[in-house]
Amino acid sequence: MEIRRIKTPLEENVIESLKSGEKVFLSGHIYTARDAAHKRFMETLREGKPLPFDIRGQIVYYCGPSPAPPGKIIGACGPTTSSRMDTYTPTLLSLGLKGMIGKGKRSKAVKEAIQTHKAIYFGATGGAGALLSKSVVSFETVAYEDLGPEAVVRLGVKDFPLFVINDIEGKDLYEAGTEQYKK
Amino acid sequence: MRELHVGEIISTLENLFIDANINLPGSVIRAFEESIDKEDSPVGREVFRELLRNAVTAKEERIPICQDTGLAVTFIEIGQDVHLYGGALEDAVNEGVRRAYKNGYLRKSCCDPFSRRNTNDNTPAILHTRIVPGNQVKITVLPKGGGSENYGEVRMLVPSQGKEGVQAFVLDMVMKGGPNPCPPIIVGIGIGGNFETSALLSKEALMVPLNIRNEDPAIADFELEILRSINRTGIGPQGYGGTVTALDVHIKIMPCHIASLPVAVNIQCHAHRIKEALI
Repeated sequence: MEIRRIKTPLEENVIESLKSGEKVFLSGHIYTARDAAHKRFMETLREGKPLPFDIRGQIVYYCGPSPAPPGKIIGACGPTTSSRMDTYTPTLLSLGLKGMIGKGKRSKAVKEAIQTHKAIYFGATGGAGALLSKSVVSFETVAYEDLGPEAVVRLGVKDFPLFVINDIEGKDLYEAGTEQYKK
Repeated sequence: MRELHVGEIISTLENLFIDANINLPGSVIRAFEESIDKEDSPVGREVFRELLRNAVTAKEERIPICQDTGLAVTFIEIGQDVHLYGGALEDAVNEGVRRAYKNGYLRKSCCDPFSRRNTNDNTPAILHTRIVPGNQVKITVLPKGGGSENYGEVRMLVPSQGKEGVQAFVLDMVMKGGPNPCPPIIVGIGIGGNFETSALLSKEALMVPLNIRNEDPAIADFELEILRSINRTGIGPQGYGGTVTALDVHIKIMPCHIASLPVAVNIQCHAHRIKEALI
């Protein structure tokens, strides 16, 4: 299948052109954050403090990698289920977050916020953590090192394979795909 | 009586958990290859190609197939003519798990239910033992991720609901999970016994190799009927839509109380990691 190459930070015209169901190769930088990190983001914002990195224009990846074996940049690094982050996502999108990478359906509120704030939701293939690790070229812990696999890490990626799930037109690959192949 | 030092249990478990997390069974790889032909959706076929590349990468690079290297589910069948010495069996199992998850660079995913504090060594193992005839020890490990385990459930059906009730329950769980348990899935169904044995049977059903049918022809047909109905849902690989939502369905069944029809559904993701050894 045809694969488009895109890079971070995501330009607005690129986000507008991404279509649900497309496969893309992403290059640039993404930030890992899952359950515990998101909880801390919210606590930080409630205290009126800045987030540990400037999320404007960035992409978060719902991922808690396995430890890097000697000589490797990272261990297996596939996505975790995104819906557990749904309660936090609209706030982050309102602060300028432009993309999320994970697996699984998003809530109605998240899908609406994706359209309102012109953002994009990508799916990485769950259970393909070894393959995805080959597209990671750098690893730098940014915050919450005490959370172990849940720390916030800035990953340099090259041709990271993704599918567009929710686009700014409100299309959803999970719903459209299931509807198309239901018998 | 055969004397067996628990040190052998420790080293066997260490090797099995590392091996299971890195090397996908050949039967699962073959199922991915066959699915490329069966899958109608181009996106779905692309997912299968990624899964095949992932299995090769994991093996070559010695990186886990999936970062969720699971809770350490361990089944041990102990021959009744074996005497284990040198320490407690449970301690040995946990030590084997501890070593595997440390030395194999596997993720530690075990935590306190409320504080969420990580136990930091992936113990305690989920251990099931059975005493069997003979003088050997058979160990099977099934590192099981959280994403698929979250879509398991036990329901005490009313006997009159019968097979239709079982099928409706399974489809309900598959639909509820959608993309989250990482389809294509494998479904283990435990029927009968009581509340807790149905759950254990559903896990044991996942240990049946792919494409091996229940020995009772009627139950074997029922497995295939449920498989076909799951593959008509349209969920497809990764939930992106398609015709291969499940790779297989296995049923384990035993007699139950005249008032009950206990049924458990346990879902396995496509990263079906399982290895066994005989000592």
